[in-house]
Amino acid sequence: MDIAIAGVPAWVYTGGRPFDAALPCLVFIHGGANDHSVWALQSRYFAHHGFGVLAPDLPGHGRTPGPALTTIEQAAEWIAALLDAAGVRAAALAGHSMGSLIALEAAVRLGTRATGLALIGSSFPMSVSPELLGAARDDEPRARRMINAWAHAGYAQYPGNPGPGSWVRGANLRLLERQPAGTLYADFNACNAYAAGLHSAAAVRCPTLFVLSSGDAMTPLRGARAFAQAFAGARVVEISGSGHALMAEAPDDVLDALRKHLGA
Amino acid sequence: MAEPKTRSFDTLALHAGQRPDPVTGARAVPIYLTTSFVFKDADHAAALFNMERAGHVYSRISNPTNAVLEERIAALEGGVGAIATASGQAALHLAIATLMGSGSHIVASRALYGGSHNLLDYTLRRFGIETTFVSPRDIDAWRAALRPSTRLLFGETLGNPGLDVLDIPRVAAIAHEHGVPLLVDSTFTTPWLLRPFEHGADLLYHSATKFLGGHGTVIGGLLVDGGTFDWEACGGKFPELTEPYAGFHGMDFSEESTVAAFLLRARREGLRDFGACMSPHNAFHILQGVETLPVRMERHVANTRRVVEFLAAHPAVAGVAHPELPGHPDHELAQRLLPRGAGAVLSFDIRGDRAAGRRFLEALRLFSHLANVGDAKSLVIHPASTTHFRMDTAALRAAGIGEGTIRLSVGLEDAADLIEDLERGLRAAQKG
Repeated sequence: MDIAIAGVPAWVYTGGRPFDAALPCLVFIHGGANDHSVWALQSRYFAHHGFGVLAPDLPGHGRTPGPALTTIEQAAEWIAALLDAAGVRAAALAGHSMGSLIALEAAVRLGTRATGLALIGSSFPMSVSPELLGAARDDEPRARRMINAWAHAGYAQYPGNPGPGSWVRGANLRLLERQPAGTLYADFNACNAYAAGLHSAAAVRCPTLFVLSSGDAMTPLRGARAFAQAFAGARVVEISGSGHALMAEAPDDVLDALRKHLGA
Repeated sequence: MAEPKTRSFDTLALHAGQRPDPVTGARAVPIYLTTSFVFKDADHAAALFNMERAGHVYSRISNPTNAVLEERIAALEGGVGAIATASGQAALHLAIATLMGSGSHIVASRALYGGSHNLLDYTLRRFGIETTFVSPRDIDAWRAALRPSTRLLFGETLGNPGLDVLDIPRVAAIAHEHGVPLLVDSTFTTPWLLRPFEHGADLLYHSATKFLGGHGTVIGGLLVDGGTFDWEACGGKFPELTEPYAGFHGMDFSEESTVAAFLLRARREGLRDFGACMSPHNAFHILQGVETLPVRMERHVANTRRVVEFLAAHPAVAGVAHPELPGHPDHELAQRLLPRGAGAVLSFDIRGDRAAGRRFLEALRLFSHLANVGDAKSLVIHPASTTHFRMDTAALRAAGIGEGTIRLSVGLEDAADLIEDLERGLRAAQKG
């Protein structure tokens, strides 16, 4: 659906059903140089199981005009403004990669309005290597190739990709290519510069879930586990056989972890 | 930090889309010969039907064996996904039926496989879809044939049987200027020789019956989406992909999938309703072929070069059509688009009349006279009386086919044995 946030147009996927602000709300926040479509399966499930779903394209991504926001904090403010614009009083927040940091910061800002938090493929600090950051700034095709190689655990799932006929590496590369020039660098720079992770983790009051993967080369398990320790009582679900692109490589595992966390 | 290495083509041909069975240890792709898949519970069933969970419901829509083949060909082509179909013709029909309906128009190369020509010129016209045929080499003709109702440009990477090389970059540019995709039939080239998405094509398909399967055993097709075409940016030309579809819960396919909306509709509507799916048994056989595609294509090309050299120098041959010959009109284009080789199909004209051609065919012992290409065994056919028999003389001439044109599909036998067989045939042809 189209929605205006502080007078600026934005586009939000609602899981294949009209959004109903009276239902429990779940917000899905995508990662760097991605868009709402990375949540296709999970967002449809919740939208058809009693939730009002908001899966926005962040500014400068997908169908929402740019430019991309340059800090995690700005993006968190934008998510809070989205909830206000959509008439949502309280919401659970799920974020992937960069989106997990945005979800964390949004949860802090929303206070008691945040009913749950799920950080998928997350870590702190979310440092980006100087070479990758430089490639994102100066040579996007090279940066995309690097990301695509690191984001996936292998060249096959069993027995074949869960989404029949979908080649997840190819689809991810095309999605990265679809984003406007400069978006990738803006996103990676925002992740790299984000410093408030531990402080904000301590401020979170809602139940928190980490969904991590043993094959994640972009937000490695060790750092992610340590980050989870900074939250009071965070639950951690570790998935084997997936890389950083968990929603594509292990869609049902991610969905089931979210269902359990959110009582769906 | 070094750039991470990604798997090469030859490795993907063996491994993409499949890992060993964790339960049985089976290394080969198992054949899931089952119509249906048991649901875990009622919620799981509903979620699969409504695309809330990934998985298989019914083998007309998807099947695990087929899924491996689909992923593998998408990986080899550099696409976002693929759909296995009952045949190459089914793949072509699925592509067209997904993109358009009555009142739509296609601009297609005139140098097409006879079956494709029939579908476009006769059958689809009956359903209100018109096609204008143009010479694939006449770039201005492609542009001139465009209409407001045009929804697709279509050609073969290597035209049949004259081996016209489609100038994919230029034809794709015309298509994109007009806001429509370019679909190519990549059967003759396979991704080992040409990856059309890298040159601007948006969709492609294979008759997997040919070089992908490679052994003349099973019929199948593969439709691949490059994921590059922005259906939303075309001013409403593709409502099938950009507007809610009442036939699938009001789904707007381009909202659901930014890069694979076409495949989503093709599977959820096209396979569901038209039903031209591939048997998992056939998918298994085609997978065996794909695993050896790189080594087979290398040999196909090497043998073809020997055969072309022999025929081009033979006094009983009036002319040879193969893009690797300097005199072929697309020689330069082939060098640019097909650096590994211009395929293993060629045509040539025997001096003399139809009877000479018949004597040639009947004297051959290794080349099998049949209607196929891309087998491990060498094949021969007379297009004017078989694959293109519905075309009149003028249409044949326009497609580069003479009354005495012979088409060869060069197989994997010893090249010297093939040349000996051809020499025997040509001697017989001259005896009349």
